[in-house]
Amino acid sequence: MQPAPLFCYFPAVLGTKREEGGIQIEVPRRRVLVPCQELAAAAALSSNCFRRYCLSESGRAELGKRDTYTNRKLGKGFSTMASYGLNMLNSTVNWVTQALDAPSARAVVFGVHIGGHYFVEGLLLVVILFLLSQKSYKPPKRPLSKKEIDELCDDWVPEPLIPSITKEMQYQPPVLESAAGPHVVINGKEVVNFATADYLGLVGHEKVQESCTAALEKYGVGSCGPRGFYGTIDLLPLDVHLDCESRISKFLGTPDSILYSYGLSTMFSAIPCFAKKGDVIVVDEGVHWGIQNGLHLSRSTIVYFKHNDMKSLHDTLENITADNKRAKKLRRYIVVESVYQNSGQIAPLDEIIKLKEKYRFRVFLDESNSFGVLGQSGRGLTEYCGVPVEKIDIITAAMGHALATEGGFCTGSTRVVDHQRLSSSGYVFSASLPPYLATAAITAIDMIEENPDLIKKLKRNISLLLKGLSNVEGLTLTSSPESPIVFLKLEQSTGSTKGDMEVLEEIAERALKEDSVFMVTSKRSILDKCRLPVGIRLFVSAGHTEADLTKASECLKRVSALVLKHRD
Amino acid sequence: MIAIPYLTALSTYFSYGLLFAFGQLRDFFRKIVDWWRASTLDGYAPICLGLEDFYIRRLYLRIQDCFGRPISSAPDAWFDVVERYSNDNNKTLKRTTKTSKCLNLGSYNYLGFAAADEYCTPRAIESLKKFAASTCSTRVDGGTTMLHTDLEECVARFVGKPAAVVFGMGYVTNSAILPILMGKGGLIISDSLNHNSIVNGARGSGATIRVFQHNTPSHLETVLREQIAEGQPRTHRPWKKIMVIVEGIYSMEGELCKLPEIVSICKKYKAYVYLDEAHSIGAVGKSGRGVCELLGVDTADVDVMMGTFTKSFGSCGGYIAGSKELVQYLKYTCPAHLYGTAISPPGAQQIISSIKVILGEDGSNRGAQKLARIRENSNFFRSELQKMGFEVLGDNDSPVMPIMLYNPAKIPAFSRECLRQKVAVVTVAFPATPLLLARARICISAAHTKEDLVKALEVCLSVCLGLPVIFLLKSPFFIHMFCF
Repeated sequence: MQPAPLFCYFPAVLGTKREEGGIQIEVPRRRVLVPCQELAAAAALSSNCFRRYCLSESGRAELGKRDTYTNRKLGKGFSTMASYGLNMLNSTVNWVTQALDAPSARAVVFGVHIGGHYFVEGLLLVVILFLLSQKSYKPPKRPLSKKEIDELCDDWVPEPLIPSITKEMQYQPPVLESAAGPHVVINGKEVVNFATADYLGLVGHEKVQESCTAALEKYGVGSCGPRGFYGTIDLLPLDVHLDCESRISKFLGTPDSILYSYGLSTMFSAIPCFAKKGDVIVVDEGVHWGIQNGLHLSRSTIVYFKHNDMKSLHDTLENITADNKRAKKLRRYIVVESVYQNSGQIAPLDEIIKLKEKYRFRVFLDESNSFGVLGQSGRGLTEYCGVPVEKIDIITAAMGHALATEGGFCTGSTRVVDHQRLSSSGYVFSASLPPYLATAAITAIDMIEENPDLIKKLKRNISLLLKGLSNVEGLTLTSSPESPIVFLKLEQSTGSTKGDMEVLEEIAERALKEDSVFMVTSKRSILDKCRLPVGIRLFVSAGHTEADLTKASECLKRVSALVLKHRD
Repeated sequence: MIAIPYLTALSTYFSYGLLFAFGQLRDFFRKIVDWWRASTLDGYAPICLGLEDFYIRRLYLRIQDCFGRPISSAPDAWFDVVERYSNDNNKTLKRTTKTSKCLNLGSYNYLGFAAADEYCTPRAIESLKKFAASTCSTRVDGGTTMLHTDLEECVARFVGKPAAVVFGMGYVTNSAILPILMGKGGLIISDSLNHNSIVNGARGSGATIRVFQHNTPSHLETVLREQIAEGQPRTHRPWKKIMVIVEGIYSMEGELCKLPEIVSICKKYKAYVYLDEAHSIGAVGKSGRGVCELLGVDTADVDVMMGTFTKSFGSCGGYIAGSKELVQYLKYTCPAHLYGTAISPPGAQQIISSIKVILGEDGSNRGAQKLARIRENSNFFRSELQKMGFEVLGDNDSPVMPIMLYNPAKIPAFSRECLRQKVAVVTVAFPATPLLLARARICISAAHTKEDLVKALEVCLSVCLGLPVIFLLKSPFFIHMFCF
């Protein structure tokens, strides 16, 4: 059995006896042999008891005798150093003890024995109270004086409102001297026009013109008010806003639609209506600026996936739903364009629908460049991919393309549409679409329904142009085979968007100047976050003749070869 | 600022409280009913959420018929309002083929160009024939016709700035320009009652936004001083640039901007001034050149001048006028210019022609007459309304005059009763105004004759006498009537 540490016994030591290997201590009911070293340690720890049972050299405890244990040898194992240290310790302890044993510290107040530690603790308490009563340290607050603010205001130099104008900023677009049909007059010369998204060749069409003229005569140009405040114009036989809305719904087979007065504002007003802070939007990285702005204004969590890459979309959706347990409670959207303005690619809607249904996301679809173009009867991407239109929750489109008018619309369930009538900022806070443009839209839809040949012709033109452009030196096609936007990017990028842009701009400029073919580059605003490569865009129209298309492809081949060779 | 009387505030809160309580009660029962049916959501979160949706369903739909009334003629001084009826307590409205001819006090037809005009309309139709209804292209691509370049020159000349650029929509003009001019590290100081398009544009820009009390130059100065001294939040770096955004005429208040004071403060503190003249351009000033002309501010002191063509000019679109460099820069990079369809050619022609009429370049003095008429009409109508004891906001010369209604119940009452008496007015409530400050807004046009205005005043008065309107009690006119 291991002996207990010595100081446990000290209060009850009856006697001690020196033995070989240590000191034997007599305590009530037993005797313990303690090694000398331990005795010393105990002495250090338990000085109070030690003082009372002071040990003599012989090892006998002499009760009551007040004596200090000095540097006499306690045992053979002790070194002089240790004993010296012990000695010092003991003298200190004694000194303290004496101080504490002073009569004042041993007072008994109301039966409580005021020991020495109470005294010390009391002292500490006083010190704490004193410190607490002091003011805490705070750096002095000195607000700027009037004079100092004046100086700051004088010193402040703002940046100029706009950066200095560089050469590329001085771009002047060609000025059209006639209507923007398949052929236009620029600088007095007739050119073939591939810069206008008039896919069905309805610009300047007789019927559209007639309906516009009638509306202008009756209603004037503007509507002079938002839709809510007498800006809704309508009466048979001249159908305007409300009838235009029902016409669009009837054409697409949706329950209801809502007209916007500008194509660009449609998306950026519609998205913030249905997505707020905290909601999740998964979006293609190639979407146009209108959508980007809508996403920004919605303040939702935006996750981009790779341009038109279904695997990337799948992974993104998987990540979002797997990571986030709350994801089910949030509104979740996938935002895609049917034909991407920035690349001419067609979104694979059937696959998107599969993913959407698997992960329970809603779909926002921008049909600006596919409405009136894709599908057998021009009903857009849903028809093209054979997807029932009810599967898409919100469809938006600008009417400034195939419909050859202006404005935009959003279509979907009645609930979706009605919600926008009071929440959509671009609808509530803007004057309504000029009546003649709404009638033009109705006439255009009528014409699409009546002449399915227009779409067939457009399809034929697209394939003809693509055939001609299949082997242009230095340029590669990125657009999908049926897209009305034919998009060519540089085979070898110069390394920067700006450099690419210069080359492409030169090609377009020379094509217009030398061959009278008007085509344009895809321009990027500094606000545009899209990072897809820039390129040359040709908007194919049903109004183009075969000769026009051949001319365009021949011209592009010739000019790009010339320009790119010159560059090398 | 509008000082709302204590009692009125209390009763308005009470009314909204009641509507809210009943709405919640109905929602509660709806939930119980829906509980029996299977959920249609199928794992999706509901598409319309929260108070906004509640407000539409339970408050707005009750008085839906006061808004979005279809008309079947041009929005001239008198127009035909299509009658509607509802079989399901206003949830849906059905149009009839019946119309009633009403006096139009709602459209922004300040100069009367909304209807077919003898000078403008034939020219608009001519340009339709020449350039078609749309260019189907953006301005930088194939959307710039001769009309567009003419229009830009014409607008710059009219506004009094070296250059201008036009866009297809007024709302987009604000919301797409501000992000170009301001960015991170910039500060936008905006009037507290600025239009939603400015608010959205400022939000889209990523700049820090501070608000100053509506039309209070002294507070603007305080904010400017504070902000320049403090610098950017957290980093305390000096601001890159500061832009103060004000409107010429506040569309919901009818107040003229205190432009001279604001411009001098901005000059002192080197802040840029952005002036939105959506309602004032064409409508005020000796030759219709807006608030700058009216208040005697040099246009050179306003850095960016914005305006719309939907109001006085009876067309569509908006413009930015400024220095040549500014316009060039905007044309290079502004998304509305790069991605938005160009303004429709007949619309562009309408603006050019109406500006010509205003300036008297059409060979008649119709423009000057129109301007004199709208000024006369507005001041007459405003002073008469004030005499009758209506609480009318706004300044003299401004053609916009809101009559405060406050209580939600008065909104449909005023609107429906006026319509019954063949006067079409606009009532505005939340979200276009603060919840407590619902109002009726009257827009005076140069097309109104004196008889029209007298009739309108009579109707307003009789409607208000029929309503328990608190605001009439203070009127000397009212007391006068009781005395006899």
